[in-house]
Amino acid sequence: MSDPTIMFGTAFRAALTRRDFLRSSMHGIGGVALASMFARESGAGGAVPFRSAGLGLAGLPHIPPRAKRVICLWQGGGPSHIDLFDPKPELARLVGQDIPESIRGATRLSTMSSGYGRFPALPGLKPFRRCGESGIEISELLPHIGGVADDICLVRSMHTEAVNHSPGVTFFMTGSEQPGRPAMGAWLGYGLGNECDELPAFVAMTSSDREKSCGQLFYEHYWSNGFLPGRHQGVRFRSGDDPVPYLGNPAGVTRGSRRDLLDDVATLNRTRAAQSGVADPAIETRIAQYEMAFRMQESVPDLLDFSNEPASVLELYGPDVLVPGTFANNCLIARRLSERGVRFVQLMHSGWDQHGNLHSQLAVQCRDTDQPSAALVRDLKQRGLLDETLVVWCGEFGRTPFGQGPSEAPNGRDHFGRAYSMWLAGGGAKGGHVHGATDDFGWNIASNPVHVHDMQATILRLCGVDHEQLTFRHQGRDFRLTDVHGRVVHDIIR
Amino acid sequence: MDRGLGRGVAICDHLDMSPRIYGTLVLSATLGVAGLVVHDGMRAALDVAAPDFHREVRPILADNCLQCHGTDASKRRGGLRLDQREGAADAAVTSGAIVPGSADRSPLMTRVRATDAAKVMPPPDSRHVLSADDKRVLARWIDAGAAFEDHWAFVPPRAAPIVARQVARHPIDLIVGARLAREGWSMLPEADRETLVRRVTLDLTGLPPTPAEVDAFVDDRGHSAYERVIDRLLASPHYGERMALPWLDAARYADSNGFQQDGDTFQWLWRDWLVRELNKDTPYDRLATEMLAGDLLSDATDDTRLATAFNRNHLLNGEGGAIPEENRWVTLFDRVDATATTFLGLTMSCAQCHDHKYDPITQRDYYAMLDAFNRVPESGIVDGSPSRIRVAPPVLEYADAAIRARRASLEAHAQSMGEGESAQAARDAGKAAFDQFMRDEWPRVMVMSDASPRVTRVLTRGSYTAPAEELGFATPAFLPPLAGDAPRNRLGLAQWMFSADNPLVARVAVNRAWQTFFGDGLVRTPEDFGTQSQPPAQRELLDTLAVLFRESGWRTKALHRLIVTSAVYRQSSHANAAAFARDPDNLLLARAPRFRLPAMVLRDVALSASGLLNASIGGAPVYPYQPERVWEPLAITKERDFTYPASHGSALYRRSLYTFWRRTIAPANMFDASQRQSCRVRVAVTNSPLHALTTLNDPTWVEAARVLASRVSRAEASPSARLATAFRFVVGRVPTEAEALVLERMLERQRAMYVGDPAAARALLSLGELGTEDYAAGGADAAHDVSPELVEQAALTIACLGILNLDEALTRE
Repeated sequence: MSDPTIMFGTAFRAALTRRDFLRSSMHGIGGVALASMFARESGAGGAVPFRSAGLGLAGLPHIPPRAKRVICLWQGGGPSHIDLFDPKPELARLVGQDIPESIRGATRLSTMSSGYGRFPALPGLKPFRRCGESGIEISELLPHIGGVADDICLVRSMHTEAVNHSPGVTFFMTGSEQPGRPAMGAWLGYGLGNECDELPAFVAMTSSDREKSCGQLFYEHYWSNGFLPGRHQGVRFRSGDDPVPYLGNPAGVTRGSRRDLLDDVATLNRTRAAQSGVADPAIETRIAQYEMAFRMQESVPDLLDFSNEPASVLELYGPDVLVPGTFANNCLIARRLSERGVRFVQLMHSGWDQHGNLHSQLAVQCRDTDQPSAALVRDLKQRGLLDETLVVWCGEFGRTPFGQGPSEAPNGRDHFGRAYSMWLAGGGAKGGHVHGATDDFGWNIASNPVHVHDMQATILRLCGVDHEQLTFRHQGRDFRLTDVHGRVVHDIIR
Repeated sequence: MDRGLGRGVAICDHLDMSPRIYGTLVLSATLGVAGLVVHDGMRAALDVAAPDFHREVRPILADNCLQCHGTDASKRRGGLRLDQREGAADAAVTSGAIVPGSADRSPLMTRVRATDAAKVMPPPDSRHVLSADDKRVLARWIDAGAAFEDHWAFVPPRAAPIVARQVARHPIDLIVGARLAREGWSMLPEADRETLVRRVTLDLTGLPPTPAEVDAFVDDRGHSAYERVIDRLLASPHYGERMALPWLDAARYADSNGFQQDGDTFQWLWRDWLVRELNKDTPYDRLATEMLAGDLLSDATDDTRLATAFNRNHLLNGEGGAIPEENRWVTLFDRVDATATTFLGLTMSCAQCHDHKYDPITQRDYYAMLDAFNRVPESGIVDGSPSRIRVAPPVLEYADAAIRARRASLEAHAQSMGEGESAQAARDAGKAAFDQFMRDEWPRVMVMSDASPRVTRVLTRGSYTAPAEELGFATPAFLPPLAGDAPRNRLGLAQWMFSADNPLVARVAVNRAWQTFFGDGLVRTPEDFGTQSQPPAQRELLDTLAVLFRESGWRTKALHRLIVTSAVYRQSSHANAAAFARDPDNLLLARAPRFRLPAMVLRDVALSASGLLNASIGGAPVYPYQPERVWEPLAITKERDFTYPASHGSALYRRSLYTFWRRTIAPANMFDASQRQSCRVRVAVTNSPLHALTTLNDPTWVEAARVLASRVSRAEASPSARLATAFRFVVGRVPTEAEALVLERMLERQRAMYVGDPAAARALLSLGELGTEDYAAGGADAAHDVSPELVEQAALTIACLGILNLDEALTRE
């Protein structure tokens, strides 16, 4: 490359095709540049040297992973454990009477109910049924999830310190109630790298209940890279024509003319480097980054093109599957992302915050989410992917066993972090299994408590990561997802 | 009033003051203060000698031992402490763990070398493992006497003696040059003039030089040509805009509160104050004191009260059910964090729950400092009726004459006289308009106040539900004491920071300045100067700059001038592969850095090069192009309308710092910026394909390319001249012959495409708002219009887009 004029030979254009680019050693650093695709991060914050986007850290995974990928079906707002997953006949017996103070103790409640004088027991709205061979009891509000009971691991003893939504979601996703720490998906991308060269390792999608009955918002810090390098930030795919901002070419620019432009820009970049004698590896990195952008422009629309999905699969996910922006639509996209190697899909749905409309809205919520959630489990299973894909179905907390609103006729439930339920499926989690239990009121945990940090440690463990060893030096301290807490819950691992 | 703007003043400043400084310096140098630095090249030869405590020994102790043998008394095991605090050496020695001069007789080494799992240190369950190298370093250290040294950043900085000895030379060049000479390296020659003027213009103003400015510098062969450019740039009102950018990240500045309601605020008035003060070159000690305690000054004005919004730019929660006291504590923690990180480079927040594991900051220190912020008449949450604006008291009504007049006029309408139904209706309408004005437009900036003093208690494990011991305001005990007569409040805190013996404040400030001009700080962990920080490779330089900065009267423009006039700054960045390989992180500064410009600056470059830029300064935030439906999904329609209120006309082309920053969702094209959730002082530049998509496809860039194409078409007739001129507008130089050939091919290929697809040309040329009417019109025949001019403009637009996406365009070389 000492003589830039050789660039104008006939072979030049061909040398810029992607495959040749990968092999190229024009500067003797082509391969290195690609490997360090995102290499130049200002600031030497990492305790571990930066590696490429494709590679994770040396020494990871720490143990053989059970799950290669994670799909988190976030149920924002706080799904009621009392109504959905944790049957409490005692509440029916005591309906309308106060839950005894001996049970309530000094539980920290939100300011919406902390000043209450009465705490009237409010039993589950609908009966529970024993499901599958395992006989797990699940409310008949969730018939489809009940239908995959033998594949799910139901944890009835979750607990969190958070009393409000945003701190609660932030806590589960990042290990801290305050925004600013890296999300779980960012940690996993940082530790394990990206298996996909056309899509980011960490993708977030959002949806909300169709009636907008619930005011939960999904903030960027829920999929933030925090203090990890920026490339680990979750990329939000939106519904509609431009799922990633600026993905589409401007009007009047074709794929072919863009290809020409990128080739000429790359030539100019290399000409400049050669003529000025600068050997900054960042120049090849930039060219590689533009190439990946070009590939993403093709791979993302392909991802969202459902035309090759058989009718049987579409039916599995229910009537909303083709409506962009719905939970069902997002569940199918999540499967397709996961199939393509995206390590962490964070699908966030809101609508479970029934303070004053439990009797009308809970069933609507269940209708929106029950079938697609179960469909995702079934679909992964029929493709043989469930064993290596961990599905996590969880909200930021549960809801109070007592009713909110007029004490004689409660119409909702308040936030409740002292005890709640969630489930896992696939990826090494025990199917047809129930872990932990609450007392007769669904108020206190009676056995095998699982704190949010414990669940985070367990999810990392299933991915082959020791949560105590995945750290990042920031502000002079080695931070980790689980702070200084967290114990792996071995009982829920198959 | 501008201070220190006179030509050549700053470069001479340090020389003028030098006898004063250096009088004390020579003495300290003879005491060996400057001799602590052992440079890398000597390391091998010194393998048998004592290891450098800061660079070699301390990190081993810190990473492996201090969790149980450090400052945190509650976690300390076996009564042994191995941190560097005064007396610690004695403690370790008297406990018998270390026998100075003999590693083999020291029980510490016996335990470290043990193979028995029950005996070995660190214990296996700690997951810390010492390497053979680590053990050798510890042994050498003990053999050499096991001397503990105070952490470098906790002792006051001293200027390098060499600077006093050679007053005629630039101090930065002296220090860096001496270090390079030891390695047998040298700096690169000065960058070519086009590159240099683009570099310094971007660094000082965040805008590219115009071709006329480049020509003026290239043609000015006078002795002080470069200094004349610096004078012009330091006097530019755009200087303050550029220098405000890192402050906005540090101050977690946003135009809304965050969380569910995410109400808008008037904090932008603080942003305008900041730009004004930076342009005025208000001395740093005064600037910081106003930010921390402007309300408590004896000469307090509305402007100094406005300055204290620095500590009110935090998140504010108003979620239903939010517990006020819990959120108030979150805010207090945030203030301590923002203050300590920004000004002290200390990770105070580590001491929120327990004594700091590594630095000598106790939990008492933490809450004693927090006490200064615990007097604000605030509940902890923001409430109020659903409306666009939501602010939490205390607020400053910061209204200019125009807005006061508007208020008076609306008030008059609401109180208009007259009888009867129509008069009453007019009054009602007037009252409604007045209420609306007072809610959404009457400026109320959230500021600090000490009107509600509270008893501060240490919170057990940082939990507001577990208050313990009561304490009053104090500064961290391990640093020089607060003056006896200093007020025990935020003002006292500020006075203490800027007292002559504070070892941190000047270092932290010059490090952040260095970061602005070199991409990285001399300390690569600008948020942490504690014992876990990365020791600076050029500590003498950092310390000298810190001393010079303080002695100059904390004059920031003088500091910036000093930096940009150095040969170190002015050298070329065009290093060869060997140079990149031998010092990939450029620690020794044998080349100027090349780094990608911040996204906010990139957008300004595109606007400026095309001539679109609206260069007006200050004012309420604007709403330039954003992708559709970016805001809307983050909306609760019952609370307020969150439809993006897109700007039109010239407001679209204001500088990036005026873009409305919604805290829950940052502008989509400002990649790599801080998320503005908490204080951030580290620059983060990453490369991702998403950035490429932004600068290739965002209408901001596409429109800039279109307008640039039309700008150069008006000026030049031939395609090659148009390309060359566009190239100059963006990168500041004329393309080489080889580049011109590629540019022409680029244009030709795009032209060929649009000749075959004129509808595509028309579609492209209709993007953006400015001057598209010529293309948008055309009706049914438009598709058949193969006007050569249309095709040419479209092709040239894409070529300009390509130029805006050149590595050189995105990079500060």
